[in-house]
Amino acid sequence: MIKIGLEIHCQLTNLASKLFCSCKANYREFESNTNICPVCIGLPGSLPMLNRRAVEKATMISMALNCKTPEKIAFFRKNYFYPDLPKNFQITQYDVYGHTSIGHEGKITIEGKEIRIRRIQIEEDPGRLIYEGSSEKTQITLVDYNRAGTPLVEIVTEPDFENPKQVRLFLNILVDLLSNLGVSDPSLEGALRADGNVSVKGGNKVEIKNVASFHDLEKALHFEITRQQSLVERGIPVISETRQWDDKRKITVSARTKEEEQDYRYFLEGDIPWVKLSPEHFNQLKKEMPESIASKRDRYITKYGIPEQVAEVLSSDKYYTDLFEQAHNEKNAKEIANIITTDLMGFVDTREKREKSKLTHHHLSDLANAIISNKITRSSAKTALLNMVQTGKPLASIITEQDLGNVLDESKISLIINEVLQEESNAVAEIKEKPETVNYLVGKIMKKTKGKADPAKTLDILKKKLGVE
Amino acid sequence: MNLRISALKYVEEIKNGNITTEEFISKTIERIQKVDSKLHAYLSLNDKAIEQARVVDKKIKSKDGGACMGMPISIKDNICVKGTKTTCASKMLENFVSPYDATVVSRLKEQDAIIVGKTNLDEFAMGFTTEFSAFGPSKNPWNTEYVPGGSSGGSAVAVSALECIASLGSDTGGSVRNPASFCSIVGLKPTYGLISRYGLISYSNSIEQIGPMARTVEDVAFMLNIIAGIDSHDNTTVDNQKQDYLKEIDAGVNGKKIGIIKEMTQEGVDKQVSSATNKAISNFEKLGASIEEISLDMVKYSVAAYYTITATEAGSNLARYDNLRYGYDFDLEGYEFNSYISKARRNFGPEVTRRMILGGFVPSAGHAGRYFLKAMKVKSKLTSEINEALKKVDMLLSPTVPVLPFKFGEKIDDPIALFLVDINTVTANLTGKPAISVPFEISNGLPIGIQLLGKPLHDKQLLQAAYALQNTVKLPEVPI
Repeated sequence: MIKIGLEIHCQLTNLASKLFCSCKANYREFESNTNICPVCIGLPGSLPMLNRRAVEKATMISMALNCKTPEKIAFFRKNYFYPDLPKNFQITQYDVYGHTSIGHEGKITIEGKEIRIRRIQIEEDPGRLIYEGSSEKTQITLVDYNRAGTPLVEIVTEPDFENPKQVRLFLNILVDLLSNLGVSDPSLEGALRADGNVSVKGGNKVEIKNVASFHDLEKALHFEITRQQSLVERGIPVISETRQWDDKRKITVSARTKEEEQDYRYFLEGDIPWVKLSPEHFNQLKKEMPESIASKRDRYITKYGIPEQVAEVLSSDKYYTDLFEQAHNEKNAKEIANIITTDLMGFVDTREKREKSKLTHHHLSDLANAIISNKITRSSAKTALLNMVQTGKPLASIITEQDLGNVLDESKISLIINEVLQEESNAVAEIKEKPETVNYLVGKIMKKTKGKADPAKTLDILKKKLGVE
Repeated sequence: MNLRISALKYVEEIKNGNITTEEFISKTIERIQKVDSKLHAYLSLNDKAIEQARVVDKKIKSKDGGACMGMPISIKDNICVKGTKTTCASKMLENFVSPYDATVVSRLKEQDAIIVGKTNLDEFAMGFTTEFSAFGPSKNPWNTEYVPGGSSGGSAVAVSALECIASLGSDTGGSVRNPASFCSIVGLKPTYGLISRYGLISYSNSIEQIGPMARTVEDVAFMLNIIAGIDSHDNTTVDNQKQDYLKEIDAGVNGKKIGIIKEMTQEGVDKQVSSATNKAISNFEKLGASIEEISLDMVKYSVAAYYTITATEAGSNLARYDNLRYGYDFDLEGYEFNSYISKARRNFGPEVTRRMILGGFVPSAGHAGRYFLKAMKVKSKLTSEINEALKKVDMLLSPTVPVLPFKFGEKIDDPIALFLVDINTVTANLTGKPAISVPFEISNGLPIGIQLLGKPLHDKQLLQAAYALQNTVKLPEVPI
């Protein structure tokens, strides 16, 4: 029996300022140590000022993960020395006087399996250590405090995962959920980080730290399961410890045992008074919270008759749903969903491509309407879509420039089919033995029509002419 | 020109054109140069003070002067003043130049106060004699063989010896009131949250406050008017509705109920202090107040709780002094981080080191239940006790310090004496209440102060009572 639990750190990247000062939460574009102030570098005499928007965003995450939320929250100091930590303590939350973290006892279901959320807490991100030559063995380590004080939400699960695949599914759902909430942009480097803990039957819990990506986490979990199982098989005890993921060697190495664990001397952060969360706070946030992914999916299926698989794909990505929601009406919804999931996803599949894309929701609705009213074929539409993404030009001028309009009617298609059948008489002769020749012929016809013939209609007419089904 | 004048009188004299800011600041600096080699109230001086005075004089001429009118004010060296060294009297921060002003300092500057210098203290405000200053102690101007009290000893000496008109100290367990009492000046520890702590270098942040120190109660009220109130840099500040603490300061105490804290006035109290206390009580009665004895059972545990809580918070607050970002000259190359940390932090003095070791122990996983959490319980019980008492009476009275000022070296290693020095002052900090020390008697050349402790955010009523008490006595002038 394998038990895996996760600790996920999510930066609230969409906030304007850091958790306790007015420096930017988006620290990524700054020169080293320029996004700092007396508060976030812990100068003597500075005091933290709590960013209330961070509490709101964290409350939304808690609600979205079906957590219980307390009536008031408190902050604590976690004391330890580390050069990336300007005050040598981290302001975080801690459930010692009952539940004073922003969320607890939540759950989320993945493929019928319930994963319980133990706790959700708000805390500050430390700065970043830069090892010269990117190895910890270097002589020189530099510190960049631009990140120090960035708002983080830590999500701690119960050890409910039975295998790394469930972990992956969970993390995928979590990524979609967080971006759908508009609290974080998980595609930013370092915005979402996960540590895991693993135990196998007959062994103790082992924590894995220093995992850079979700992909590495999966590998680290696999490695750790194998390592622990082989220890148990050989009768060697699995000790409770923290292990580091070594990305170069693709193994975990012991970092410290439980006995060496630091005592963080948690106590209340007196500089931040308890924060009362009124029922109005929750009601207001419920109103502000965007529609959940599941609710969007169901709406797409029932209201517009969009196929379940298409709806599933469409609803899970906020980038696409935002486009869809703005572009669609009752008539063209299905067509727009179709354009997004069959063609657009191939054009803007990375963060960079999305940032560069010039496509607007107007483009999408125009394109869908043109398809519906038979002004453009689906294959030409794909060409037009790529052009829109690249140039941002309106559909009408793209159609003119690229000569994508003038969809052929049945009689014109019929004429072209006749031409092709004459030219390809050899192929036609084989049609009885080789039915797939039909596709070859369609290809030829399409080439000749420059994509201006409707493929379904073309196939229909062609089959009739050949007398095949 | 008399350097002894009060803040209120100073403002009047400037307004009437009898003196200029430049004259007064120059005289003050001359005074500092004359007496401070003996007293060591200051750790550093503002060499631009006269220049700044000229600017203020110009503003005053065009009727544009702020409320302080160029008044010379000193600031305890654990409060940040932009562009000046803020050392906390520690080797650890020997070279730390603050890049920003504490909120209290910017409020004073806005009102055209002139910061003449930074005053001495026990290192990081831990102590009650200034003997723990890394740069040498301050001397009591009433008798330089005696300690001035602490930790805001430098501030008390500067005010008492006419080296400034008023000063800002900080009070974590009596650090404003204790030296005020020992140097025969007025010192207020306001309600927790009344004055912004932004820019005050934290020692025990959940209980400490900046406090004004001056030669009269009305001067303290004047200072409070300028520095008190909500601050967008300190989450723990409260809105005081811009209260005017000077208005109706002469309201008197007729009909007020004053409680005498049994645990602070009987056992261990010096004879002279006891008799001064009784005299203060009878003076209040003559002014129409009624007196009632109050017993606070938790007071006997208060000093232990105080040291446990302050050590815990100090251990955390002072952790940032790792000399990586600022501090003193130290070559950090060639060390592994942990050995670097322990090396770099050796510049803390003995008392700070003791309290940080204690602070690492009392809240630790295996011992928190026996020490830190118990101390927190004492704090909360003491608070309920005092809240109950303040339902019955308007304020509580005791001597500020149960013992007379003592000589250097006399009590530094005596734990019982340590207990007696702190016992009457820590309660106000642990419970967040305002408390003030008023000079009341000079006994054989040594000052005795009386402490009044009031209801939260009733700092004004406390000042009114202190003013009434102050006016029942006429004290001799400082002999220096």
